[in-house]
Amino acid sequence: MSIMKTLLTTAVGLGLTAGIAAADGHAKTITIATVNNGDMIRMQGYTDQFTEQTGINVEWVTLEENVLRQRVTTDITTNGGSFDIMTIGMYETPIWGANEWLVPLNDLSDDYNVGDILPAMAGGLSHDGTLYAAPFYGESSMVMYRADLMEAAGMEMPDAPTWEFIAEAAAAMTDRDQEINGICLRGKAGWGEGGAFITAMSNSFGARWFDEDWNAQFDTEQWANTVNFFKNMMDASGPAGYATNGFNENLSLFQQGKCGMWIDATVAASFVTNPDDSTVADSVGFALAPDNGLGKRSNWLWAWALAIPAGTQQEAEAKQFIEWATSTDYIELVAANEGWANVPPGARTSLYENPKYQKVPFAQMTLDSILSADPNNSTVDPSPYVGVQFAAIPEFAGIATEVSQEFSAAYAGQQTVEQALANAQEITTEAMEAAGY
Amino acid sequence: MARAITTKQKVIWTALAWAFGLLMFFPIMWTFLTSFKTEGTAIADPPVWFFFDWTLENYTAVQERSNYPKALMNSIIIAVGSTLLGILIAVPAAWSMAFVPGKRTKDVLLWMLSTKMLPAVGVLYPLVLLAKWLGVMDSRALLIVVLMLINLPIIVWMLYTYFKEIPGEILEASRMDGASLRSEILYVLTPMALPGIASTILLNIILAWNEAFWTILLTTVDAAPLTAFIASFSAPEGLFYAKLSAASMMAIAPILIMGWFSQKQLVRGLTFGAVK
Repeated sequence: MSIMKTLLTTAVGLGLTAGIAAADGHAKTITIATVNNGDMIRMQGYTDQFTEQTGINVEWVTLEENVLRQRVTTDITTNGGSFDIMTIGMYETPIWGANEWLVPLNDLSDDYNVGDILPAMAGGLSHDGTLYAAPFYGESSMVMYRADLMEAAGMEMPDAPTWEFIAEAAAAMTDRDQEINGICLRGKAGWGEGGAFITAMSNSFGARWFDEDWNAQFDTEQWANTVNFFKNMMDASGPAGYATNGFNENLSLFQQGKCGMWIDATVAASFVTNPDDSTVADSVGFALAPDNGLGKRSNWLWAWALAIPAGTQQEAEAKQFIEWATSTDYIELVAANEGWANVPPGARTSLYENPKYQKVPFAQMTLDSILSADPNNSTVDPSPYVGVQFAAIPEFAGIATEVSQEFSAAYAGQQTVEQALANAQEITTEAMEAAGY
Repeated sequence: MARAITTKQKVIWTALAWAFGLLMFFPIMWTFLTSFKTEGTAIADPPVWFFFDWTLENYTAVQERSNYPKALMNSIIIAVGSTLLGILIAVPAAWSMAFVPGKRTKDVLLWMLSTKMLPAVGVLYPLVLLAKWLGVMDSRALLIVVLMLINLPIIVWMLYTYFKEIPGEILEASRMDGASLRSEILYVLTPMALPGIASTILLNIILAWNEAFWTILLTTVDAAPLTAFIASFSAPEGLFYAKLSAASMMAIAPILIMGWFSQKQLVRGLTFGAVK
């Protein structure tokens, strides 16, 4: 009997030990799909601290933006379960939220303080008032200009310029002999490249993609004015080959002192003011994106946000990570190690109330730009869609890519603006009819 | 009779060949040089060629950020595995088509080739759903099978072309000597077609190594090869050209070295039977 007891006790003891060891050996691991940009890469560097605090391991899958979009869309539409957290934008979030493909973030802890998220960001990342993704960083667009060239041209940039002023200043700053282009803008095909810029610009000219009945609007005078203005200004004062320039090409030109003005993402401010990379770091000024006096400016609104796919098996752990990565504590962690200019911007109200962050030269203009963009009311005339530089419907990405190709062809002189607009009208009308609108 | 070539013609053709060769090699050389520049120097205009402060910081940064050995190992296993599996299936298939053709052999060959014309994205969803149902997403086994299927038409066609150059009488003679089918393929056909088989293997390893659509879409962490490794360094918002170049050099170096050492075999195989 005693032998039996000993054996049983040993067996139970071994079993318990094995169980504990197994539990310990199977520490939770979450897999996160993310985009390759400075803020996200920085976050990966701090992941060890999250693991130390929670015991949850993190595996990263970092991809280029378009590849990431294709990868996570395939995964979520097939309920693939490859990822526990996905980095998505303002375009996908309301569509995926409406399809119930994402876990609603309506039970985040009190410490997290959801109310601190900038209202414009929370609005763009929600569906029917429910938050489906937490913004890691947000951006709008604004004018970045060379204060020295502006002064040499005898002009002064107002805080809120008009398009007329921008075209005039661009012409005045252009010096072809010195390889200085008055203005650099995105002309590259792609709905997230030149497509995003011209759509945001069209809002300030009173144009819209669709009327209230989802009819395409490229045959309107407002669109003709938008594209003609863009092309005329860029032909006169833009860099050669602007039809193929995107964010990176213009960033490179601006950093090397070859652009008088650049209207693009607010996150670019930290690049162009960084003396390690930019030759013009000490002479950059900022202004709101231009308007035409119609009540809408030409700035966009975007956020890279963290969302949990509905198919995940590790919802609780994923929420823990999101709370950590998008918290005020994380912002302070980055500020302490890398300075306030390098914290992820545009997500939280408290960041812009922080006196230390207010000293960052582009902080206030970034906030003003974000606050002046309204995804729910982005056009002068009423429109049926949500989004500033996009329409949050599944068909938009495909249509806008084709439309932007038509515009780029017009910028490159391969067809007239009128032809490009006629083709855009036909492409959009056909696609919307095929989709049942 | 050999055609007479003047010295002038020789010089012109040699110069043209060198110019063409350098033009082909230029992107790789540029990537190589950029990988040793700082991000600032990488975008300098006018471009800086050789006289800059060479740095290894990009290679260090790339290694810190990602698991290169794991991606390399995945690439090797997937590329070699899919090619060998393809050869295993294609040798008997090409043998039967070359030496015992049926009425529909030509049609079958054309049909096989026509599958290459189908856009890959057309079968993306069925394949993902099937892989998920089988529980093999993000596994090297899945990619070995998928890449083998994608490259199988090319392997069969290449082997078929090489086998057609071998006189059937030799195989008949081996059969008369009592060789079984297995012995015929292994000990008679294979040694004679070895240059062709070798070049088929080399070419398909290169194709599998460079395949980026399926290898990115069907993997996450465990089976991600070097194509996914490179994709993680490309960024539409941010100038990381120097790091991207370093990652590219690390990804192509193994296949470049393999191609360099086996170029004689590759050319011999590709021109096998070209001159009778």
